[in-house]
Amino acid sequence: MSAVLQTAKLCKSFGALTVAANIDFALEPGARHALIGPNGAGKTTFVNLLTGRLEPTSGSVMLGGEDVSALSSAERVKRGLGRTFQINTLFGNMSVLDNVALGVAERRGGAAKWWKPASAYKEVRDEALELLASLGIADDAALRVLDLPYGKQRLVEIAIALGLRPKVLLLDEPAAGVPKDESERILDALGNLPKDIAILIIEHDMELVFRFAQRITVLVQGEVLCEGTPHEIEHDPRVREVYLGEAHV
Amino acid sequence: MKHPVGYNANPRIRWTEWLPWVLAVIVFFALPDYLSMGARVLTYILFALSLDLILGYAGIITLGHAAFFGMGAYVTGIISVKLGVTDPFLQLLASALAAGLLGLLTGAVIMRMHGLTQLMLTLAVAAVCLEIANKATHLTGGADGLAGVVVAPVLGMFKFDLYGKTAYWWCLGLLFVCWWLVRRMIYSPFGASLNGIRENRVRMEAIGAPVTARLVIVYTVSAVMAGLAGALLTQTNQVVGLNVLGFEPSGELMVMLILGGVGRLYGAFVGPIVFLVAQDYLAKQFPEYWFFGIGLLLVAVVLFARGGILGICDGLIAKVRGRS
Repeated sequence: MSAVLQTAKLCKSFGALTVAANIDFALEPGARHALIGPNGAGKTTFVNLLTGRLEPTSGSVMLGGEDVSALSSAERVKRGLGRTFQINTLFGNMSVLDNVALGVAERRGGAAKWWKPASAYKEVRDEALELLASLGIADDAALRVLDLPYGKQRLVEIAIALGLRPKVLLLDEPAAGVPKDESERILDALGNLPKDIAILIIEHDMELVFRFAQRITVLVQGEVLCEGTPHEIEHDPRVREVYLGEAHV
Repeated sequence: MKHPVGYNANPRIRWTEWLPWVLAVIVFFALPDYLSMGARVLTYILFALSLDLILGYAGIITLGHAAFFGMGAYVTGIISVKLGVTDPFLQLLASALAAGLLGLLTGAVIMRMHGLTQLMLTLAVAAVCLEIANKATHLTGGADGLAGVVVAPVLGMFKFDLYGKTAYWWCLGLLFVCWWLVRRMIYSPFGASLNGIRENRVRMEAIGAPVTARLVIVYTVSAVMAGLAGALLTQTNQVVGLNVLGFEPSGELMVMLILGGVGRLYGAFVGPIVFLVAQDYLAKQFPEYWFFGIGLLLVAVVLFARGGILGICDGLIAKVRGRS
């Protein structure tokens, strides 16, 4: 099978500082892939290169076989690249339902209609509600996002991204900042994500990574150190040295 | 009273929303001596409504909204005095088009900016318009203004009389139409997306929304309404001068809206009424210090009632409901 998201010799440097060096990476359809690495390894840079927030110095990003290196973030979204943010990036004073419905409406193409009231677009509302239900937060649909506990806000992050029906979903530390008693919910939700979406998860929490991912790529100082199954990575001496050594004592 | 708009909001017009209109009709019969003043208040309500659409809903910060108000006021004045166009509908149409065009052209640049840059650019546009009106004396009359604006009877039947009867209904009618359109717009998906842009522009871009284009559209719509308000002012005063342009009227408008309550639709109704009535009263009592009173009112609202006068009402209603 050909990869849905692929990079070839992707490089990014700021002056003399190289933050991404010749990254060759491939995400298979339906993959559950994790990207790990110590602080400052260039994980966030890599994500920003994939989504188009940063322009690569050289190399290319392919989405569904098409070179999207020169396209804007919005155009990559339209081609099926969804993402969530490490720090909640929500519509704080709006309802949970509206947070998701805005994205659904953009995808369906009716977001700029101004004559009929928004509530008349039942199909948008129903789709948003279904998404919330699939993540187990349908009961909170009418609440203001800022009034939700942090863990549920993280789920709204994911719901907004899912509303765009992505082929590829980048989850940037989905459990970051979530207290332990709530993180189980997030893990459940991640486990229930549609199987046909290819997911790349960027995560610090090793427990979450090893439970969720089928493949793991380790990034160190902007370079791919190695890639393999969770089992291979766990027993790779190089990985233990640079990374797991400190995290898994 | 704060409008919950969006995909779960009920768009039906509540009975409280008819109150301003009922009140407006009562005023016509109860206070026949104040109809000129009433027309002026209605004009400023329309102007404030246009500002609320971009400031309260889309989150565009502007201190130059008088550019469109002035454009509308001057276009009606100029086509009447210089070209002899006296039909009130044509005057409205010309003012709306001119202000809309100005909004589209300046908005296409300004809406790419954020925060302070955006604010300064709106201020610059208003300042440039003021200077042009000041220097182009053959068109605008410069500092002397443009007097002798003629407005033909509406539909050939209703003359703009000395008591402001026609002017009052004329302003009320146009305000009603604009209010109805704005209300439709803020309840629509477009309105919801404007809310989204105000709340989090970055995320709106991340879900693939053409943010700049949306803002340019709403900025243009708002400019058209401000232009219409300007045209009303010229039609009811039959003169137009430099005081409709520049920073001062823009700032005053902002004060009115903040007094009433930003992003509440009806804050644009309450604010100008309170401001202009207070101005009228204070200017009679304390001709030299009346602005001090307005300033005090504003400080009180900003310090103690961020939601404006309507915000205070919301708080009181919530308290009463909580007790009973």
